[in-house]
Amino acid sequence: MDWPAFSLSLKLAFWTALLLLPVALAIGRALAFGQFRGKSLMEALVLLPLVLPPTVLGFYLLTILSPKSSLGGGLLAATGTPFVFSFPGILVASIIANIPFAVQPIARAFEAIPESVREAAFVSGLTRSATFQKIELPLAWPGIVTALALAFAHTLGEFGVVLMMGGNIPGETRTMAISVYDAVQGFKFPEAAVMSGVLVVISTVVVTLVVALSRDAAGTRRR
Amino acid sequence: MGALDVKLKQSGPVALDVSFRCAPGEVVALLGASGSGKTTTLKAIAGLLKTKFGRVTLGDDVWFDAETGVFMRPELRRVGFVFQDYALFPHLSVHGNVSLAMGHVGAAERPERAMTILERVGIGALAGQRPSQLSGGERQRVAIARALARDPKVLLLDEPFSAIDRPARQRLKSEVRALAAAVAVPVVLVTHDIDEAAAMATRMVVIDAGRTIANGAPQDLMANPGTARVAEILGVGAKD
Repeated sequence: MDWPAFSLSLKLAFWTALLLLPVALAIGRALAFGQFRGKSLMEALVLLPLVLPPTVLGFYLLTILSPKSSLGGGLLAATGTPFVFSFPGILVASIIANIPFAVQPIARAFEAIPESVREAAFVSGLTRSATFQKIELPLAWPGIVTALALAFAHTLGEFGVVLMMGGNIPGETRTMAISVYDAVQGFKFPEAAVMSGVLVVISTVVVTLVVALSRDAAGTRRR
Repeated sequence: MGALDVKLKQSGPVALDVSFRCAPGEVVALLGASGSGKTTTLKAIAGLLKTKFGRVTLGDDVWFDAETGVFMRPELRRVGFVFQDYALFPHLSVHGNVSLAMGHVGAAERPERAMTILERVGIGALAGQRPSQLSGGERQRVAIARALARDPKVLLLDEPFSAIDRPARQRLKSEVRALAAAVAVPVVLVTHDIDEAAAMATRMVVIDAGRTIANGAPQDLMANPGTARVAEILGVGAKD
């Protein structure tokens, strides 16, 4: 069992889910309630990481964030940290790859709130931000927890884009999924089996939670 | 307390050319077929949408004036709004639904005032229940209580009895009429039910395809609808 890889995967999944949450709330809410030009394009961009090969996404991120590019060079100068072949690099890649998994459940949860309920909040004297805190967030919470859980679980299993952006540096960018690949390449099948088993158990628990929450949310809506 | 003056005009997305006045204590019924612009008018009064042209004032307070660009946000208008589907907050108790609309009252006062209002509309015993546990009539009372909790300067009722069975409807109608008289603010009622309008309203405004086509006391309009279209909407014979 590659414990450093296990720990790194959990760290990556935790930070991905946490940093993605405000982004997904903003995008999901805009898609659910907003009427603006370019909404279809925004929806398409959100879904893009689902259909693009991870290698393609990884290639573009590698190019954009390379120290030789203006953005990558600027980030290196500003933070002193390179954004390729490093933990911050795989974190950025993981956040982008997980956007659809976080945004979709949140957007669907906001869409399920009837327009009249939001209007009732406004005429009850609630400002937009109070309506968000007291009405929208509590009603959308199953979708928000689902988004967090899916982003967490999907990050644990992320392989292609992390390998492209981070390579395979022990303790820095080698996650469980990459470690399983390494073990199989080195014919260390028992080690690969243990790590795969751990990933299966964690993913099963998380997906079960998501299914239970979806059922709970559907039940609440029917009531 | 001043009268509500409404003048609204736009060509789309819902065409509208509506104007009427509603004095404190008066109940004006907006009557018309589905899709005629009644609910749009109500939402424009509440500030939930902005029409291209027009002006909405309450006494000396200007809530909306397209010409000068004045638009008071809905949370500042002190409107009590009863939605057709009640639009209760499903995650809050009955008491929570009512006290949430009391932002203008000190936090310490809210629980007791909310209970007083719930008792006034006859559902004090349901304070701890969630909306999903209530009947249609009970939900409607919660919606009315929440609207009253705002200490509204204008009361807007959007087809408030449409989802209630007939026996409960008759009882609620007389209760709402008594409440409207007690709060002594302008009350605007949207309905497509002529009997409901005649029973509740002191005046009827007939809207057809977004336009005001008649405005008068129910008995006067029923006796003399003026045009064939008004007579058709009111379900009486034209006498012009």
